[in-house]
Amino acid sequence: MRRRSFLQFSLLTSVVAAVRPVSATELALRGTGDLGLAVERATGSLLILDTSHRKALSRVEGLGDLSHASASFSRDERFAYIFGRDGGLTKVDLLGQVIANRIIQAGNSIGGAISDDGKLVAVSNYKPGGVKVFDAQTLEIVAEIPAVYGSGKRSKVVGLVDAPGRRFVFTLYDAGEIWLADFSASGPPRIEKYPGIGELPYDALITSDGRHYIAGLYGEDGLVHLDLWADKITPKRVLDGYGRGEKKLPVYKMPHLEGWALAGERFLLPAVGRYELLALDAATFKESGRVSVHGQPVFAVARPDGRHVWVNFAHPRNDTIQIVDVPSLKIIHEFQPGPAVLHMEFTPRGHEVWISVRDADRIDIYDTRTFEKRGEITARSPSGIFFTARAHRIGL
Amino acid sequence: MTCTLSNWLSHLSQAVVISLVVLPSSAYGLDAQREAELIHLVRQDCGSCHGMTLNGGLGRPLLPETLKDADSEAIAAIILGGVPGKPMPPWSGLLSEADAVWIAKKLKEGFPQ
Ligand code: HEC
Repeated sequence: MRRRSFLQFSLLTSVVAAVRPVSATELALRGTGDLGLAVERATGSLLILDTSHRKALSRVEGLGDLSHASASFSRDERFAYIFGRDGGLTKVDLLGQVIANRIIQAGNSIGGAISDDGKLVAVSNYKPGGVKVFDAQTLEIVAEIPAVYGSGKRSKVVGLVDAPGRRFVFTLYDAGEIWLADFSASGPPRIEKYPGIGELPYDALITSDGRHYIAGLYGEDGLVHLDLWADKITPKRVLDGYGRGEKKLPVYKMPHLEGWALAGERFLLPAVGRYELLALDAATFKESGRVSVHGQPVFAVARPDGRHVWVNFAHPRNDTIQIVDVPSLKIIHEFQPGPAVLHMEFTPRGHEVWISVRDADRIDIYDTRTFEKRGEITARSPSGIFFTARAHRIGL
Repeated sequence: MTCTLSNWLSHLSQAVVISLVVLPSSAYGLDAQREAELIHLVRQDCGSCHGMTLNGGLGRPLLPETLKDADSEAIAAIILGGVPGKPMPPWSGLLSEADAVWIAKKLKEGFPQ
């Protein structure tokens, strides 16, 4: 009886195509801890990746506009939540290699996060400006937080991350405010607002202990730090005036803070409008050095052990990667993987790094100690690469 | 009040003033290869802020409806000069006037895929 209904079901869904649940009996036994996905931004598709065998397992299509798409993972590392530019929120089954569920939740969105208990998925939206929170299982709406400021205007929202205790932290680009939404009690979230943080915050990060939230400013020379462990949370300006009054170089692509790099005792952060990484002492939150680099840095990502930071760059200097040794702040290696290096993702313990080379339609795999190339995978205009190990890291 | 192009133009007047001559389409001096490069650049690299479909992102949409009140020279001037104080960078170091005018025209018509 059970078997028959399953057969009917799969017949039906093979016709309906894209969105279908996959029953456990259909799946060969395997773990997901070594899986990941790459966003193919131009074609609205994903590649499901197997990092142990360095290959793509399959392609999932029909995810809409994936420019600037990112992903978070369910606690069991089976499902990925993909946040698309067009407001699409898609739940992808990495084992079944299908779309499990998909909704269009806004007109224009920028990123998302999953709560520490794995039950809530939050999406930050540009249009209409705000955050929407969904049930991770069903994608039903749980809460809507319009980013209203001033005389009723709505702000674009950036820098959305999860924080321990069923909380989300995010930043209002137009308003210059940081908000903390606490879902620890049942019912509507409790929202704390920290206004007046500065002009045009463009992105933010949270450290993997869930303690420090740091937002970068575009309109001012500096960053904003929130210590979430403090009894009374107050935003503090850090690295204030790092541009030393010099004219900004054009920024052809906004840096990302999400690939934050806390390496040893310091953070390395991309400067805006300067070809520099800024080192911030993780104890005192004072500047602890700078590194001159090849171009406007986009991502500065620490290898998981924190010894090295890998950096890529904005258009038109985006064919290059530099590797910074954190204790000495020296560039120890530089190479050109190819045209338009968009993203880097380390394997969980950092033995390899996977790099998307958009205009070569390729993902390259490098050994992080010898810097030798270990493999490559064909992909269509690949951008973000996301491995399931993110499921178990705060802020990713 | 939403920010419109005319606001930006007033911004621009304080910044770099770029004089542009609008040329007939045959006179842009762009060959097919350059046009293909510009299509790629706009979709991919302008797309990082304006969305690949140009439906908007950190920067506003660049669609015929949203640009209908602006003429091509004004749009080209924004492309070359940027919007001071905002994340729209000046592209004059990377694009020629002919490139910018061609992009502006195409944006107004509906940008090619
Ligand atoms: C780093 C981000 C970024 C990039 C890259 C970028 N823009 Fe922009 N652009 C913006 C922002 C932000 C605005 C809005 C400025 C404001 O808030 O007033 C804007 C505004 C504009 C406007 C004015 C739109 C209107 O409705 O009046 C035009 C035209 C434009 N951009 C064209 C381009 C083109 C063409 C490219 C590529 C050659 C490009 N932009 C690349 C961020 C960017």
